[in-house]
Amino acid sequence: MANVAVAVAEVVLEVADLCTDFAVGRQTIRVVDRVSFSLRRGQTTAIVGESGSGKTVTALSLLQLIEPPGRISGGTIRYRGRDLRPLDETAMQQVRGARIGMVFQDPLSSLNPSLRIGTQIAETLLAHERISSAEAERRAVELLVRVGVPDAAARARDYPHHFSGGMRQRVLIAMAIACNPEIIIADEPTTALDVTVQAKILRLLHDLQQAMGASLLMITHDLGVVAALADEVVVMYAGRVVERADVDRLFHAPLHPYTRALLDCAIGLDDDRSTPLTPIPGAPPDLRRRPAGCQFAPRCPVAIAKCHRLDPPLLPMNPGQDVACFVAQGDADG
Amino acid sequence: MAEPVQEETVPEETVLEAQGLSKTFAARGGRRGALRAVSDVSFTIGRAETLGLVGESGCGKSTLARLVLRLIEPDAGTVRFAGQAFTGAAPPRTRQMRRQVQMVFQDALSSLNPRMTVGTNIAEPMRLQGIGTERERQEAAQALIALVGLRPEHADRYPHEFSGGQCQRIAIARALILKPSVIVFDEAVSALDVSIRAQILHLILDLQQRFALGYLFISHDLSVVKRIADRIAVMYLGRIVEIGSSEAVYRSPLHPYTQALLSAIPVPDPRRMRVAALGVVEGEAASPLDASDLCPFRGRCPHRMPVCDETPPALLTTEAGHSVACFLHHPPRAAAA
Repeated sequence: MANVAVAVAEVVLEVADLCTDFAVGRQTIRVVDRVSFSLRRGQTTAIVGESGSGKTVTALSLLQLIEPPGRISGGTIRYRGRDLRPLDETAMQQVRGARIGMVFQDPLSSLNPSLRIGTQIAETLLAHERISSAEAERRAVELLVRVGVPDAAARARDYPHHFSGGMRQRVLIAMAIACNPEIIIADEPTTALDVTVQAKILRLLHDLQQAMGASLLMITHDLGVVAALADEVVVMYAGRVVERADVDRLFHAPLHPYTRALLDCAIGLDDDRSTPLTPIPGAPPDLRRRPAGCQFAPRCPVAIAKCHRLDPPLLPMNPGQDVACFVAQGDADG
Repeated sequence: MAEPVQEETVPEETVLEAQGLSKTFAARGGRRGALRAVSDVSFTIGRAETLGLVGESGCGKSTLARLVLRLIEPDAGTVRFAGQAFTGAAPPRTRQMRRQVQMVFQDALSSLNPRMTVGTNIAEPMRLQGIGTERERQEAAQALIALVGLRPEHADRYPHEFSGGQCQRIAIARALILKPSVIVFDEAVSALDVSIRAQILHLILDLQQRFALGYLFISHDLSVVKRIADRIAVMYLGRIVEIGSSEAVYRSPLHPYTQALLSAIPVPDPRRMRVAALGVVEGEAASPLDASDLCPFRGRCPHRMPVCDETPPALLTTEAGHSVACFLHHPPRAAAA
């Protein structure tokens, strides 16, 4: 199993205590709160969470694509040991695209509607490599072939609106891998797609990642996608990491009550009308008015008094499994 | 031979019957031909029964919902509620029959009037139907607010103050106020986070038991449909290609498209399915502008046979309540059992 490799593969990107704030009126809201995780060479890490959990802002923060009123306010983002945070925009532009490729949910808004597809891919190449336009155009077609766009030479001359949703996502993937990045960040890349199209895109991402030996950071709300792709999983809730585990442990021996509740809400195909539904009561906190202590405590079935007062630290519990929960860490109500 | 199965799986009373519904739209952009959105679709829904309707973008499921509600008129076919014709009914009768069927949409917030309080939004269908006094309507709304899990004071607030899950509760309350016999849910939980989705599904099932409602539950997500439906209809390019009990469609899917759909769903268990096991169907869906009556899936089907290019497949029953439109199964292979 892949789990064996997780322990030995080198760390490519290490995120520690990352904080990102947004100014809203006179208030500052912490959207990403002391997030730590790492990406290993050739492995897939999934960040899973619901709306507002901070997973997308985490991804954008890694790329330093946070714009005012947002601001990265703390932590380190180490790529091959070097902190990316002090880099200026020019230096970051060389990292984005070349070292770290990106695929976002909505391919149409990520593409320029008035430029031919081949030209857009070629532009990515020209931005990072010293090659001629003709060479770039030729490689663009190669990339389209590689991501499974049929009749690539002809399609390269088409515009984005000529492509279906699934084909557009393939184009974005072609742009993301154009410069052979070591890391691919994919933010809900299949959420807007039909399930049969999703299956193809997930297979493609996985196959490319394997062939390139790249690390994949998959941002998703879909536990099925996590189970299919991830080697390691980071569970976020209200901007914080509540659990981090290898995929098998996460699904079969989850420690955080939120992870367990989330898995209980996920619908397996064996479930039918007779399966009891186990909704999580309540809703995630309003980040403008965070509760004290563990953010999940107000909805948690096992919370003890301490949970409502203190932030539980993220501590290792088992090899390959960290959890931020006093109860899971063995505290009892006293 | 068989004893009566559980009561809930054998609807004794049909509340909704759709027969041979078809709808064609003129193709856009000066292109010749017509877009066949829905072709010869028939189904029934029993009292307290949920029919799940599953299919991908463009398969015609939302058009079918609009036909059932008579938001658009079919080119052919009929819709009946409790045996009475809804299609073709005269306007005053139509208006009265609209009470029988209500709808809940995916985007609950935009389906609510932003300038009306929640209480007024919920009571609005009664006002439009000219039922009760203002006071009676507000009382009815207030009772439903409690029933769907909102607080009494929410009646005086406005829709934008509520989360997606709460807006869906408001939309459900509004759908209930005319005491319908059927509710159509069109992707009603698709935009919700999983923890909220479970709450809303719980509410939907609870209300069904309480009021013996018939549900047409439309979704692109087969796992959600399976979770909530008694029977499942699978649509592809305007046609129902398979229909049967949830159990049968899931355990022994007969149509190659249903099989493809099921195998493409990532299962939330890494021990059961990793990415390499995800099923992949080649090609993309054919254009609905293709006016042929032949099997709409034949261009992508791994089991395509010469007959598929010659004869349209009929939706035929292979075993109790399980029907499929595919020549692999009809005539039914008698020896198989």
